[in-house]
Amino acid sequence: MSDMRQLYQEVILEHNKKPRNFGVLEGATCSAHGHNPLCGDNYTVYVRLEGEQIAQVGFEGEGCAISKASASMMTTRLKGLEVAAAQELVELFRGMILGEVDPEAHPKALKHLKVFQGVSALPVRIKCALLPWHAVKAALDGRGEASTEGEADPVGEGEGSARS
Amino acid sequence: MTAPDFEALRADIPALHQEVHGRPLAYLDNAASSHLPQAVLDAVVRYHSREHSNVHRGVHTLSQVATERYEGARRRVQRFLGASRPEEIVFTRGTTEGINLVAQAWGRANLGAGDEIVLSELEHHSNIVPWQLIAQERGAVIRVIPLNDAGELDLAAFRGLLGPRTRVVAVAHVSNALGTINPVAEIVAAAKGVGALTVIDGAQAVPHLRVDVAALGCDFYAFSAHKLYAPPGVGVLYGRYAVLEGMPPWQGGGDMIEVVSFEGSTWAKPPSRFEAGTPSIAAAVGLGAAVEYLEGVGLEAIAAREDALLAYATEAVSAVPGVRIIGTAASKASVLSFVMEGVHPHDIGTILDSEGVAVRAGHHCAQPVMRRFKVPATARASLAFYNNEADIDALVRGLHTVAGIFGL
Repeated sequence: MSDMRQLYQEVILEHNKKPRNFGVLEGATCSAHGHNPLCGDNYTVYVRLEGEQIAQVGFEGEGCAISKASASMMTTRLKGLEVAAAQELVELFRGMILGEVDPEAHPKALKHLKVFQGVSALPVRIKCALLPWHAVKAALDGRGEASTEGEADPVGEGEGSARS
Repeated sequence: MTAPDFEALRADIPALHQEVHGRPLAYLDNAASSHLPQAVLDAVVRYHSREHSNVHRGVHTLSQVATERYEGARRRVQRFLGASRPEEIVFTRGTTEGINLVAQAWGRANLGAGDEIVLSELEHHSNIVPWQLIAQERGAVIRVIPLNDAGELDLAAFRGLLGPRTRVVAVAHVSNALGTINPVAEIVAAAKGVGALTVIDGAQAVPHLRVDVAALGCDFYAFSAHKLYAPPGVGVLYGRYAVLEGMPPWQGGGDMIEVVSFEGSTWAKPPSRFEAGTPSIAAAVGLGAAVEYLEGVGLEAIAAREDALLAYATEAVSAVPGVRIIGTAASKASVLSFVMEGVHPHDIGTILDSEGVAVRAGHHCAQPVMRRFKVPATARASLAFYNNEADIDALVRGLHTVAGIFGL
Protein backbone atom coordinates (compact mmCIF):
# COMPACT_ATOMS: atom_id res chain seq x y z
CA MET A 1 0.00 0.00 0.00
CA SER A 2 1.56 3.24 -1.12
CA ASP A 3 -0.49 5.70 0.88
CA MET A 4 -0.33 4.84 4.54
CA ARG A 5 -2.92 7.50 5.31
CA GLN A 6 -5.47 5.29 3.57
CA LEU A 7 -4.68 2.65 6.18
CA TYR A 8 -4.12 4.88 9.19
CA GLN A 9 -7.24 7.02 8.77
CA GLU A 10 -8.01 9.71 11.32
CA VAL A 11 -10.79 7.71 12.92
CA ILE A 12 -8.44 4.75 13.49
CA LEU A 13 -5.73 6.99 14.96
CA GLU A 14 -8.27 8.70 17.19
CA HIS A 15 -9.63 5.39 18.56
CA ASN A 16 -6.06 4.16 19.05
CA LYS A 17 -5.23 7.25 21.09
CA LYS A 18 -8.48 7.33 23.06
CA PRO A 19 -9.95 3.83 23.02
CA ARG A 20 -13.63 3.63 24.02
CA ASN A 21 -14.88 1.23 26.71
CA PHE A 22 -11.29 0.51 27.75
CA GLY A 23 -10.81 -1.34 31.03
CA VAL A 24 -12.27 -4.26 32.94
CA LEU A 25 -16.07 -4.30 32.54
CA GLU A 26 -17.84 -4.55 35.88
CA GLY A 27 -20.60 -7.14 35.92
CA ALA A 28 -19.45 -8.83 32.71
CA THR A 29 -21.33 -12.07 32.05
CA CYS A 30 -18.70 -13.44 29.69
CA SER A 31 -15.20 -12.62 28.52
CA ALA A 32 -12.45 -14.03 26.35
CA HIS A 33 -8.77 -13.50 25.92
CA GLY A 34 -7.21 -13.04 22.50
CA HIS A 35 -3.47 -13.29 22.07
CA ASN A 36 -1.33 -13.29 18.99
CA PRO A 37 1.88 -15.02 20.08
CA LEU A 38 3.66 -13.93 16.91
CA CYS A 39 3.40 -10.20 17.50
CA GLY A 40 2.31 -9.96 21.12
CA ASP A 41 -1.09 -8.32 20.57
CA ASN A 42 -2.97 -9.16 23.73
CA TYR A 43 -6.58 -8.27 24.60
CA THR A 44 -9.37 -9.36 26.90
CA VAL A 45 -12.88 -8.60 25.69
CA TYR A 46 -15.76 -8.41 28.19
CA VAL A 47 -19.49 -8.63 27.45
CA ARG A 48 -22.45 -7.98 29.75
CA LEU A 49 -25.52 -9.76 28.44
CA GLU A 50 -29.07 -8.96 29.50
CA GLY A 51 -31.06 -11.87 28.15
CA GLU A 52 -30.18 -12.06 24.46
CA GLN A 53 -29.14 -8.43 24.29
CA ILE A 54 -25.59 -7.09 24.61
CA ALA A 55 -25.88 -4.40 27.29
CA GLN A 56 -22.21 -3.43 27.32
CA VAL A 57 -18.87 -4.42 25.80
CA GLY A 58 -15.42 -3.51 27.12
CA PHE A 59 -11.81 -4.47 26.51
CA GLU A 60 -8.35 -4.13 27.92
CA GLY A 61 -4.88 -5.05 26.75
CA GLU A 62 -2.27 -3.78 24.33
CA GLY A 63 -1.29 -4.03 20.72
CA CYS A 64 -0.86 -2.04 17.54
CA ALA A 65 -3.06 0.84 16.35
CA ILE A 66 -5.01 -1.43 14.00
CA SER A 67 -5.93 -3.96 16.69
CA LYS A 68 -6.67 -1.37 19.35
CA ALA A 69 -8.86 0.81 17.11
CA SER A 70 -10.60 -2.32 15.84
CA ALA A 71 -11.37 -3.36 19.43
CA SER A 72 -12.52 0.12 20.40
CA MET A 73 -14.85 0.57 17.43
CA MET A 74 -16.14 -2.97 17.89
CA THR A 75 -17.25 -2.22 21.44
CA THR A 76 -19.26 0.84 20.38
CA ARG A 77 -20.82 -1.03 17.45
CA LEU A 78 -21.87 -4.18 19.34
CA LYS A 79 -23.48 -2.45 22.31
CA GLY A 80 -27.25 -2.85 22.16
CA LEU A 81 -27.27 -5.61 19.55
CA GLU A 82 -28.96 -8.97 19.98
CA VAL A 83 -26.43 -11.81 20.18
CA ALA A 84 -27.51 -13.21 16.79
CA ALA A 85 -27.07 -9.82 15.14
CA ALA A 86 -23.66 -9.43 16.79
CA GLN A 87 -22.59 -12.80 15.43
CA GLU A 88 -23.68 -11.72 11.96
CA LEU A 89 -21.68 -8.52 12.24
CA VAL A 90 -18.59 -10.49 13.33
CA GLU A 91 -18.91 -12.59 10.18
CA LEU A 92 -19.45 -9.55 7.99
CA PHE A 93 -16.43 -7.73 9.42
CA ARG A 94 -14.30 -10.83 9.04
CA GLY A 95 -15.45 -11.17 5.44
CA MET A 96 -14.51 -7.56 4.70
CA ILE A 97 -11.04 -7.92 6.25
CA LEU A 98 -10.40 -11.15 4.33
CA GLY A 99 -11.45 -9.40 1.14
CA GLU A 100 -14.48 -11.66 0.65
CA VAL A 101 -17.15 -9.06 1.38
CA ASP A 102 -17.52 -5.70 -0.36
CA PRO A 103 -18.26 -3.14 2.35
CA GLU A 104 -20.18 -1.01 -0.17
CA ALA A 105 -22.81 -3.75 -0.27
CA HIS A 106 -23.41 -3.51 3.49
CA PRO A 107 -23.24 0.20 4.36
CA LYS A 108 -25.87 0.05 7.11
CA ALA A 109 -24.39 -2.95 8.89
CA LEU A 110 -20.73 -1.95 8.72
CA LYS A 111 -21.06 1.85 9.02
CA HIS A 112 -17.72 3.33 10.19
CA LEU A 113 -16.10 -0.11 10.33
CA LYS A 114 -15.48 0.40 6.63
CA VAL A 115 -12.32 2.33 7.58
CA PHE A 116 -10.62 -1.03 8.17
CA GLN A 117 -11.10 -2.09 4.56
CA GLY A 118 -7.50 -1.07 3.75
CA VAL A 119 -6.21 -3.82 6.06
CA SER A 120 -7.39 -6.45 3.58
CA ALA A 121 -4.48 -5.44 1.31
CA LEU A 122 -1.94 -6.17 4.05
CA PRO A 123 -1.84 -9.92 4.74
CA VAL A 124 0.40 -9.61 7.80
CA ARG A 125 -1.95 -7.12 9.47
CA ILE A 126 -5.22 -9.00 8.89
CA LYS A 127 -4.93 -10.84 12.18
CA CYS A 128 -4.43 -7.54 14.01
CA ALA A 129 -7.82 -6.24 12.86
CA LEU A 130 -9.55 -9.58 13.49
CA LEU A 131 -8.13 -10.44 16.92
CA PRO A 132 -10.69 -8.51 19.06
CA TRP A 133 -13.53 -9.81 16.91
CA HIS A 134 -12.41 -13.39 17.38
CA ALA A 135 -12.22 -12.70 21.10
CA VAL A 136 -15.76 -11.33 21.31
CA LYS A 137 -17.04 -14.28 19.31
CA ALA A 138 -15.30 -16.63 21.74
CA ALA A 139 -16.84 -14.75 24.66
CA LEU A 140 -20.34 -15.00 23.14
CA ASP A 141 -19.80 -18.70 22.36
CA GLY A 142 -18.69 -19.23 25.97
CA ARG A 143 -15.25 -20.47 24.98
CA GLY A 144 -13.15 -18.02 26.97
CA GLU A 145 -10.39 -18.04 24.40
CA ALA A 146 -10.09 -16.84 20.85
CA SER A 147 -8.54 -18.64 17.98
CA THR A 148 -8.11 -17.84 14.33
CA GLU A 149 -6.72 -21.29 13.60
CA GLY A 150 -8.12 -22.78 10.46
CA GLU A 151 -8.88 -19.27 9.29
CA ALA A 152 -8.75 -18.77 5.53
CA ASP A 153 -6.09 -16.24 6.35
CA PRO A 154 -3.39 -15.66 3.73
CA VAL A 155 -0.79 -15.45 6.49
CA GLY A 156 -1.05 -19.19 6.74
CA GLU A 157 -1.76 -21.86 9.25
CA GLY A 158 -0.61 -21.28 12.78
CA GLU A 159 0.48 -17.68 12.37
CA GLY A 160 -3.01 -16.37 12.85
CA SER A 161 -3.41 -18.35 16.03
CA ALA A 162 -4.86 -16.34 18.85
CA ARG A 163 -5.16 -18.07 22.16
CA SER A 164 -5.03 -17.39 25.85
CA MET B 1 46.26 -2.73 3.62
CA THR B 2 43.71 -0.25 2.30
CA ALA B 3 40.11 -0.40 3.44
CA PRO B 4 37.72 -2.05 0.98
CA ASP B 5 35.32 0.12 -1.04
CA PHE B 6 32.11 -0.90 0.68
CA GLU B 7 29.91 1.07 -1.72
CA ALA B 8 31.37 -0.96 -4.60
CA LEU B 9 30.83 -4.22 -2.69
CA ARG B 10 27.06 -3.61 -2.86
CA ALA B 11 27.27 -4.77 -6.46
CA ASP B 12 28.17 -8.24 -5.13
CA ILE B 13 24.77 -8.65 -3.42
CA PRO B 14 22.00 -9.10 -6.04
CA ALA B 15 19.06 -8.95 -3.60
CA LEU B 16 19.87 -5.38 -2.60
CA HIS B 17 19.13 -4.07 -6.08
CA GLN B 18 15.36 -4.21 -6.22
CA GLU B 19 12.38 -2.00 -5.47
CA VAL B 20 9.79 -2.63 -2.78
CA HIS B 21 6.49 -0.72 -3.08
CA GLY B 22 8.12 1.36 -5.80
CA ARG B 23 11.03 2.46 -3.60
CA PRO B 24 14.63 1.23 -3.53
CA LEU B 25 14.94 -1.55 -0.95
CA ALA B 26 16.69 -0.49 2.26
CA TYR B 27 17.27 -3.88 3.87
CA LEU B 28 17.84 -3.34 7.59
CA ASP B 29 16.79 -6.75 8.92
CA ASN B 30 20.16 -8.48 8.75
CA ALA B 31 19.99 -9.79 12.31
CA ALA B 32 17.00 -11.86 11.19
CA SER B 33 18.62 -13.07 7.98
CA SER B 34 21.14 -11.60 5.58
CA HIS B 35 21.51 -11.61 1.80
CA LEU B 36 23.86 -13.74 -0.26
CA PRO B 37 26.82 -12.46 -2.28
CA GLN B 38 26.92 -13.62 -5.91
CA ALA B 39 29.96 -15.77 -5.08
CA VAL B 40 27.86 -17.75 -2.59
CA LEU B 41 24.99 -18.13 -5.06
CA ASP B 42 27.51 -19.29 -7.69
CA ALA B 43 28.98 -21.90 -5.34
CA VAL B 44 25.52 -23.31 -4.57
CA VAL B 45 24.50 -23.39 -8.25
CA ARG B 46 27.84 -24.98 -9.26
CA TYR B 47 27.43 -27.60 -6.56
CA HIS B 48 23.92 -28.53 -7.66
CA SER B 49 24.73 -28.29 -11.37
CA ARG B 50 27.91 -30.33 -11.43
CA GLU B 51 28.97 -31.78 -8.09
CA HIS B 52 26.00 -33.08 -6.19
CA SER B 53 25.59 -36.55 -4.79
CA ASN B 54 25.21 -37.90 -1.28
CA VAL B 55 28.21 -37.48 0.99
CA HIS B 56 30.32 -40.12 2.81
CA ARG B 57 28.66 -42.97 0.95
CA GLY B 58 29.65 -43.71 -2.61
CA VAL B 59 32.82 -44.83 -4.31
CA HIS B 60 31.76 -43.04 -7.47
CA THR B 61 33.26 -39.75 -8.54
CA LEU B 62 30.38 -37.38 -7.80
CA SER B 63 29.98 -38.71 -4.27
CA GLN B 64 33.67 -38.13 -3.71
CA VAL B 65 33.43 -34.59 -5.12
CA ALA B 66 30.39 -33.81 -2.95
CA THR B 67 32.15 -35.19 0.12
CA GLU B 68 35.22 -33.10 -0.66
CA ARG B 69 33.10 -29.92 -1.04
CA TYR B 70 31.23 -30.63 2.22
CA GLU B 71 34.38 -31.46 4.18
CA GLY B 72 36.15 -28.51 2.56
CA ALA B 73 33.46 -26.24 4.00
CA ARG B 74 34.02 -27.84 7.41
CA ARG B 75 37.77 -27.15 7.23
CA ARG B 76 37.14 -23.56 6.20
CA VAL B 77 34.76 -23.04 9.13
CA GLN B 78 37.30 -24.65 11.46
CA ARG B 79 39.96 -22.11 10.46
CA PHE B 80 37.40 -19.26 10.55
CA LEU B 81 36.55 -20.06 14.19
CA GLY B 82 40.07 -20.91 15.30
CA ALA B 83 39.11 -24.47 16.20
CA SER B 84 42.02 -26.86 16.60
CA ARG B 85 40.69 -29.60 14.27
CA PRO B 86 37.88 -30.05 11.73
CA GLU B 87 36.30 -32.79 13.84
CA GLU B 88 35.27 -30.05 16.28
CA ILE B 89 32.86 -28.59 13.68
CA VAL B 90 29.41 -30.24 13.70
CA PHE B 91 27.04 -29.15 10.93
CA THR B 92 23.51 -28.63 12.24
CA ARG B 93 20.37 -26.99 10.85
CA GLY B 94 21.18 -23.77 12.71
CA THR B 95 21.92 -22.21 16.08
CA THR B 96 18.69 -23.53 17.56
CA GLU B 97 19.52 -27.11 16.64
CA GLY B 98 23.08 -26.73 17.94
CA ILE B 99 21.88 -25.63 21.38
CA ASN B 100 19.21 -28.34 21.48
CA LEU B 101 21.88 -30.88 20.59
CA VAL B 102 24.04 -29.87 23.55
CA ALA B 103 21.11 -29.61 25.95
CA GLN B 104 19.77 -33.03 24.96
CA ALA B 105 22.90 -35.09 24.35
CA TRP B 106 25.19 -33.60 27.01
CA GLY B 107 22.40 -32.66 29.40
CA ARG B 108 20.72 -36.05 29.49
CA ALA B 109 24.03 -37.75 30.28
CA ASN B 110 25.32 -35.20 32.77
CA LEU B 111 22.54 -33.26 34.50
CA GLY B 112 20.88 -34.41 37.70
CA ALA B 113 18.33 -33.15 40.21
CA GLY B 114 19.31 -29.81 41.72
CA ASP B 115 22.06 -29.11 39.18
CA GLU B 116 22.07 -25.52 38.02
CA ILE B 117 22.04 -24.04 34.52
CA VAL B 118 22.97 -20.35 34.35
CA LEU B 119 21.44 -18.32 31.50
CA SER B 120 21.04 -14.57 31.08
CA GLU B 121 18.09 -12.23 30.83
CA LEU B 122 19.05 -11.20 27.28
CA GLU B 123 18.91 -14.67 25.74
CA HIS B 124 16.99 -15.51 22.57
CA HIS B 125 14.28 -18.10 23.23
CA SER B 126 16.49 -20.66 21.48
CA ASN B 127 18.98 -20.39 24.35
CA ILE B 128 16.23 -20.61 26.99
CA VAL B 129 13.67 -23.19 25.96
CA PRO B 130 16.08 -26.08 25.15
CA TRP B 131 17.46 -25.70 28.69
CA GLN B 132 13.98 -25.56 30.20
CA LEU B 133 13.10 -28.81 28.45
CA ILE B 134 16.14 -30.69 29.76
CA ALA B 135 15.89 -29.05 33.21
CA GLN B 136 12.33 -30.29 33.49
CA GLU B 137 13.37 -33.77 32.46
CA ARG B 138 16.38 -33.98 34.79
CA GLY B 139 15.12 -31.91 37.74
CA ALA B 140 17.76 -29.24 37.13
CA VAL B 141 17.28 -25.59 38.05
CA ILE B 142 17.68 -22.50 35.83
CA ARG B 143 19.35 -19.38 37.23
CA VAL B 144 19.33 -16.07 35.37
CA ILE B 145 22.02 -13.34 35.11
CA PRO B 146 20.18 -9.98 35.33
CA LEU B 147 20.68 -6.97 33.04
CA ASN B 148 21.38 -3.36 33.95
CA ASP B 149 19.43 -0.47 32.39
CA ALA B 150 21.85 -0.21 29.48
CA GLY B 151 21.23 -3.86 28.60
CA GLU B 152 24.55 -5.18 29.90
CA LEU B 153 24.96 -8.31 32.01
CA ASP B 154 25.45 -7.71 35.74
CA LEU B 155 28.74 -9.56 36.13
CA ALA B 156 28.84 -9.21 39.92
CA ALA B 157 25.44 -10.89 40.09
CA PHE B 158 26.72 -13.55 37.66
CA ARG B 159 29.64 -14.39 39.96
CA GLY B 160 27.15 -14.62 42.83
CA LEU B 161 25.14 -17.23 40.91
CA LEU B 162 28.15 -19.52 40.39
CA GLY B 163 28.64 -22.33 42.87
CA PRO B 164 29.31 -26.06 43.25
CA ARG B 165 25.91 -26.91 41.69
CA THR B 166 26.56 -24.85 38.51
CA ARG B 167 26.89 -27.37 35.68
CA VAL B 168 26.20 -25.21 32.61
CA VAL B 169 26.67 -21.55 31.74
CA ALA B 170 24.97 -20.71 28.43
CA VAL B 171 24.97 -17.11 27.18
CA ALA B 172 24.78 -15.17 23.95
CA HIS B 173 27.92 -13.56 22.57
CA VAL B 174 25.79 -10.72 21.14
CA SER B 175 22.17 -9.94 22.02
CA ASN B 176 19.84 -10.07 19.02
CA ALA B 177 17.36 -7.68 20.64
CA LEU B 178 19.76 -5.12 22.17
CA GLY B 179 23.05 -5.49 20.32
CA THR B 180 25.02 -5.85 23.56
CA ILE B 181 28.37 -7.60 23.12
CA ASN B 182 28.92 -9.72 26.21
CA PRO B 183 32.40 -10.20 27.72
CA VAL B 184 32.36 -13.87 26.82
CA ALA B 185 35.99 -14.68 27.62
CA GLU B 186 35.52 -13.33 31.14
CA ILE B 187 32.24 -15.23 31.58
CA VAL B 188 33.81 -18.47 30.32
CA ALA B 189 36.80 -18.09 32.65
CA ALA B 190 34.55 -17.59 35.69
CA ALA B 191 32.33 -20.53 34.67
CA LYS B 192 35.37 -22.78 34.24
CA GLY B 193 36.44 -21.81 37.74
CA VAL B 194 33.46 -23.80 39.07
CA GLY B 195 33.84 -26.57 36.49
CA ALA B 196 30.76 -25.63 34.45
CA LEU B 197 30.21 -26.47 30.78
CA THR B 198 30.22 -23.29 28.68
CA VAL B 199 27.86 -22.85 25.73
CA ILE B 200 27.92 -19.68 23.62
CA ASP B 201 25.11 -18.62 21.26
CA GLY B 202 27.11 -16.89 18.58
CA ALA B 203 24.32 -16.32 16.03
CA GLN B 204 24.60 -12.53 16.14
CA ALA B 205 28.33 -12.34 16.85
CA VAL B 206 29.83 -14.28 13.95
CA PRO B 207 28.58 -11.84 11.26
CA HIS B 208 30.05 -8.87 13.12
CA LEU B 209 33.19 -9.92 15.04
CA ARG B 210 36.19 -12.12 14.49
CA VAL B 211 35.48 -15.11 16.74
CA ASP B 212 38.30 -17.26 18.07
CA VAL B 213 36.96 -20.16 20.10
CA ALA B 214 40.44 -21.03 21.39
CA ALA B 215 40.83 -17.53 22.81
CA LEU B 216 37.31 -17.59 24.27
CA GLY B 217 37.98 -20.97 25.84
CA CYS B 218 34.35 -22.11 25.56
CA ASP B 219 33.24 -25.74 25.25
CA PHE B 220 30.54 -25.02 22.64
CA TYR B 221 29.85 -22.21 20.20
CA ALA B 222 26.80 -22.24 17.91
CA PHE B 223 25.82 -20.11 14.91
CA SER B 224 23.61 -20.11 11.79
CA ALA B 225 24.72 -19.79 8.17
CA HIS B 226 21.77 -17.67 7.07
CA LYS B 227 22.81 -14.75 9.26
CA LEU B 228 26.33 -15.03 7.77
CA TYR B 229 25.42 -14.33 4.12
CA ALA B 230 24.90 -18.02 3.36
CA PRO B 231 21.74 -20.05 2.67
CA PRO B 232 19.37 -21.13 5.46
CA GLY B 233 19.30 -24.80 6.40
CA VAL B 234 22.76 -25.19 7.87
CA GLY B 235 24.44 -24.08 11.06
CA VAL B 236 27.58 -24.84 13.00
CA LEU B 237 28.13 -26.23 16.43
CA TYR B 238 31.74 -25.96 17.50
CA GLY B 239 32.45 -28.40 20.32
CA ARG B 240 35.74 -28.97 22.13
CA TYR B 241 36.79 -32.43 20.93
CA ALA B 242 37.22 -34.00 24.36
CA VAL B 243 33.67 -32.95 25.28
CA LEU B 244 32.17 -34.12 21.98
CA GLU B 245 33.96 -37.45 22.27
CA GLY B 246 32.42 -38.09 25.68
CA MET B 247 28.87 -37.37 24.53
CA PRO B 248 26.25 -39.94 23.50
CA PRO B 249 24.52 -39.44 20.13
CA TRP B 250 21.48 -37.20 19.87
CA GLN B 251 19.63 -38.38 16.77
CA GLY B 252 20.07 -41.86 15.36
CA GLY B 253 20.31 -42.82 11.70
CA GLY B 254 22.70 -43.13 8.81
CA ASP B 255 26.20 -41.65 8.97
CA MET B 256 26.35 -41.56 12.80
CA ILE B 257 27.10 -45.24 13.37
CA GLU B 258 30.08 -47.54 13.29
CA VAL B 259 28.42 -50.97 13.40
CA VAL B 260 24.68 -51.65 13.54
CA SER B 261 23.11 -54.93 14.57
CA PHE B 262 19.82 -55.76 16.28
CA GLU B 263 21.80 -56.66 19.39
CA GLY B 264 23.18 -53.12 19.54
CA SER B 265 25.07 -50.50 17.62
CA THR B 266 28.23 -48.53 18.13
CA TRP B 267 28.67 -44.88 17.36
CA ALA B 268 30.88 -43.08 14.91
CA LYS B 269 33.40 -40.58 16.21
CA PRO B 270 32.58 -36.84 16.22
CA PRO B 271 31.49 -35.00 14.18
CA SER B 272 29.70 -37.82 12.31
CA ARG B 273 28.16 -39.06 15.57
CA PHE B 274 26.08 -35.88 15.63
CA GLU B 275 25.22 -35.67 11.94
CA ALA B 276 22.62 -38.39 11.43
CA GLY B 277 21.03 -38.41 8.00
CA THR B 278 21.87 -36.56 4.79
CA PRO B 279 22.90 -33.00 5.68
CA SER B 280 22.14 -29.74 3.84
CA ILE B 281 25.18 -30.21 1.64
CA ALA B 282 24.64 -27.27 -0.71
CA ALA B 283 23.96 -24.90 2.19
CA ALA B 284 27.21 -26.03 3.83
CA VAL B 285 29.04 -25.42 0.54
CA GLY B 286 27.42 -21.98 0.45
CA LEU B 287 28.58 -21.34 4.01
CA GLY B 288 32.14 -22.20 3.03
CA ALA B 289 31.89 -19.75 0.11
CA ALA B 290 30.45 -17.04 2.38
CA VAL B 291 33.33 -17.42 4.83
CA GLU B 292 35.77 -17.18 1.94
CA TYR B 293 34.02 -14.02 0.69
CA LEU B 294 34.03 -12.38 4.14
CA GLU B 295 37.67 -13.21 4.73
CA GLY B 296 38.42 -11.68 1.34
CA VAL B 297 36.71 -8.43 2.38
CA GLY B 298 38.36 -8.58 5.79
CA LEU B 299 36.59 -9.30 9.09
CA GLU B 300 38.17 -6.34 10.88
CA ALA B 301 37.18 -3.98 8.06
CA ILE B 302 33.61 -5.33 8.20
CA ALA B 303 33.42 -4.74 11.95
CA ALA B 304 34.74 -1.19 11.55
CA ARG B 305 32.26 -0.45 8.72
CA GLU B 306 29.32 -1.75 10.78
CA ASP B 307 30.44 0.22 13.84
CA ALA B 308 30.54 3.41 11.75
CA LEU B 309 27.06 2.71 10.33
CA LEU B 310 25.71 2.01 13.83
CA ALA B 311 27.07 5.33 15.13
CA TYR B 312 25.51 7.17 12.16
CA ALA B 313 22.16 5.39 12.61
CA THR B 314 22.07 5.86 16.38
CA GLU B 315 22.55 9.61 16.07
CA ALA B 316 20.08 10.01 13.20
CA VAL B 317 17.33 7.81 14.66
CA SER B 318 17.66 9.34 18.14
CA ALA B 319 16.85 12.76 16.66
CA VAL B 320 13.40 11.63 15.39
CA PRO B 321 10.56 12.92 17.63
CA GLY B 322 9.36 10.39 20.22
CA VAL B 323 12.14 7.83 19.63
CA ARG B 324 13.81 6.03 22.52
CA ILE B 325 16.70 3.59 21.92
CA ILE B 326 16.44 0.28 23.81
CA GLY B 327 19.89 -1.14 24.49
CA THR B 328 22.65 1.37 25.11
CA ALA B 329 25.52 -0.91 26.10
CA ALA B 330 29.04 0.52 25.88
CA SER B 331 30.00 -2.38 23.63
CA LYS B 332 27.42 -2.98 20.88
CA ALA B 333 27.13 -4.77 17.56
CA SER B 334 25.19 -3.18 14.71
CA VAL B 335 21.69 -3.67 16.16
CA LEU B 336 19.51 -0.63 16.80
CA SER B 337 16.36 -1.43 18.78
CA PHE B 338 13.95 1.42 19.48
CA VAL B 339 10.41 2.40 20.41
CA MET B 340 8.36 5.49 19.52
CA GLU B 341 6.16 7.20 22.07
CA GLY B 342 2.54 6.04 21.59
CA VAL B 343 3.24 4.03 18.42
CA HIS B 344 3.30 0.24 18.40
CA PRO B 345 6.36 -1.21 16.62
CA HIS B 346 4.12 -3.12 14.19
CA ASP B 347 2.68 0.12 12.92
CA ILE B 348 6.22 1.45 12.52
CA GLY B 349 7.14 -1.70 10.57
CA THR B 350 4.15 -1.43 8.22
CA ILE B 351 4.75 2.25 7.45
CA LEU B 352 8.49 1.73 6.90
CA ASP B 353 7.75 -1.20 4.59
CA SER B 354 5.51 1.04 2.49
CA GLU B 355 8.64 3.16 1.88
CA GLY B 356 10.85 0.18 1.00
CA VAL B 357 12.54 -0.01 4.42
CA ALA B 358 12.72 -3.50 5.94
CA VAL B 359 13.04 -3.66 9.74
CA ARG B 360 11.95 -6.21 12.30
CA ALA B 361 9.07 -5.33 14.64
CA GLY B 362 8.18 -7.56 17.54
CA HIS B 363 9.62 -9.24 20.60
CA HIS B 364 12.59 -10.69 18.64
CA CYS B 365 12.11 -14.08 20.33
CA ALA B 366 13.47 -12.44 23.47
CA GLN B 367 10.38 -11.86 25.61
CA PRO B 368 12.36 -11.59 28.88
CA VAL B 369 14.26 -8.63 27.37
CA MET B 370 10.96 -6.93 26.48
CA ARG B 371 9.72 -7.50 30.03
CA ARG B 372 12.96 -6.11 31.49
CA PHE B 373 12.55 -2.88 29.53
CA LYS B 374 8.76 -2.79 30.05
CA VAL B 375 7.93 -2.63 26.35
CA PRO B 376 5.62 -5.04 24.48
CA ALA B 377 7.92 -5.04 21.46
CA THR B 378 10.52 -2.92 19.69
CA ALA B 379 11.36 -1.96 16.15
CA ARG B 380 14.84 -3.10 15.19
CA ALA B 381 17.17 -1.96 12.44
CA SER B 382 20.16 -4.29 12.08
CA LEU B 383 23.00 -3.32 9.79
CA ALA B 384 25.31 -5.31 7.57
CA PHE B 385 28.56 -4.28 5.88
CA TYR B 386 26.60 -3.85 2.63
CA ASN B 387 24.27 -1.22 4.07
CA ASN B 388 25.08 2.42 3.50
CA GLU B 389 24.17 5.87 4.77
CA ALA B 390 21.40 6.11 2.15
CA ASP B 391 19.67 3.09 3.72
CA ILE B 392 19.77 4.79 7.11
CA ASP B 393 18.53 8.07 5.62
CA ALA B 394 15.57 6.15 4.16
CA LEU B 395 14.87 4.71 7.61
CA VAL B 396 14.94 8.16 9.18
CA ARG B 397 12.63 9.58 6.47
CA GLY B 398 10.23 6.71 7.13
CA LEU B 399 10.30 7.37 10.87
CA HIS B 400 9.39 11.00 10.16
CA THR B 401 6.41 9.70 8.16
CA VAL B 402 5.42 7.61 11.20
CA ALA B 403 5.77 10.63 13.47
CA GLY B 404 3.67 12.67 11.05
CA ILE B 405 0.86 10.10 10.82
CA PHE B 406 0.73 9.59 14.58
CA GLY B 407 1.06 13.29 15.35
CA LEU B 408 4.31 13.16 17.32
